[in-house]
Amino acid sequence: MAKNDLKVLGAWPSPFVMRARIALNIKSLDYEFLEETFGSKSQLLLQSNPVHKKIPVLIHGDKPICESLVIVEYIDEVWASGPSILPSQPYDRATARFWASYIDEKWFPALKGFAAAQGEEARKAAIEQVVEGLALLEDAFQKTSKGKDFFSGDKIGYLDIAFGCFLGWLRVTEKMNGIKLLDETKTPGLAKWAHKFCADAAVKDVMPETEKLAEVAKIVIAKLRGAGAPPK
Amino acid sequence: MADQVVLLDFWPSPFGMRLRIALAEKGVQYEYKDEDLRNKSPLLLQSNPVHKKIPVLIHNGKAVSESLIAVQYIDEVWKDKAPLLPSDPHLRAHARFWADYVDKKMYEIGRKVWTTKGEEQDAAKKEFLECISVLEGELGDKPYFGGKTFGFVDVALIPFSSWLSVYEKFGNFSVEAEHPKFIAWVKRCLEKESVSKSIPDQQKVYDFVLEMRKKLGIE
Repeated sequence: MAKNDLKVLGAWPSPFVMRARIALNIKSLDYEFLEETFGSKSQLLLQSNPVHKKIPVLIHGDKPICESLVIVEYIDEVWASGPSILPSQPYDRATARFWASYIDEKWFPALKGFAAAQGEEARKAAIEQVVEGLALLEDAFQKTSKGKDFFSGDKIGYLDIAFGCFLGWLRVTEKMNGIKLLDETKTPGLAKWAHKFCADAAVKDVMPETEKLAEVAKIVIAKLRGAGAPPK
Repeated sequence: MADQVVLLDFWPSPFGMRLRIALAEKGVQYEYKDEDLRNKSPLLLQSNPVHKKIPVLIHNGKAVSESLIAVQYIDEVWKDKAPLLPSDPHLRAHARFWADYVDKKMYEIGRKVWTTKGEEQDAAKKEFLECISVLEGELGDKPYFGGKTFGFVDVALIPFSSWLSVYEKFGNFSVEAEHPKFIAWVKRCLEKESVSKSIPDQQKVYDFVLEMRKKLGIE
């Protein structure tokens, strides 16, 4: 497949961009990675995603596809002969989509909330939410993996991608706060899964190094805290 | 073996309406259970322990939560009748994107329109009309968001039409005046039995909100 038939507009620290790249890697697809400059948006991005103006955008031929999970499903459907990303049964697909939605709507906002929180009370309440969420995800892992390595079974799939993309940021949070969130005692399944996920061929080249992410984190956290400040 | 389908719902919920419409499109028989949201049933709490919210679709004992996920499930299980998502992957991605847009915007902005006052309400009304503008742009000249046939995005959006009286009366504005094309699409959808039988009358929803505001002591 010609490299310039597929483009990803993104940025290396973004977990959402990572989802698209992992999906493309699973299907062994070449693509051009167009890196957006931090703090500004290219003309191509504004043109391709006029509604949300956000990354990632997958450009296939001349058609843009937006929203990371929509992109993952698109890749799975177009390149249906490659390894499957979504499960085949409707109920399993609904379950995977449910947990991906939970991660995007509740769990990741809770993690961001913890990063933005200031003061001991706020931080304590925020981290509790993150930990509760991880307990739910541990449970979901036990149920859907059925004793195998990944949420999807023997190989990584939709839910692995949806959650695994946040592992870099999770590690940064652990390091910066001197805490352990994925724990061999509290979340044994997830702790093992995290290692396997990061070592996967489709993941290891697009998962950012924790130290590099930590540098970006400082800027992002300042922004999150600034955004949370009351208007003047 | 006959399918056993139960829908846990709450009649004014636009999210619940999505499932009613999808099931009606597919001609699926189901048992409808209206929940008292201040006193949620054990079945609801069991079936959706994570969010404890309606709607929940229970198919042969297995629960599916989150309305757009449940609509896709319905589309995939009862795939031989009235497909809601198109077969072309690009068009499917397009439909999913726009259904997600509806999800991100309509409920929250609509809620702000009828629960706030003054500057906050003015901002919400502006955002609401902008949202309708964007959606009209996407609809273009097509009869439905799905193209020639009623589809996934139509299912996602049409339930909010039952709340129009609420938005317009509390917001003191007319959507039809600004966006006649959108209202024409609403009327077109309401001509379908699967829609008209699944969503309540605007007046009924308005009366419900009035009651609720009285109970909550909102002026």
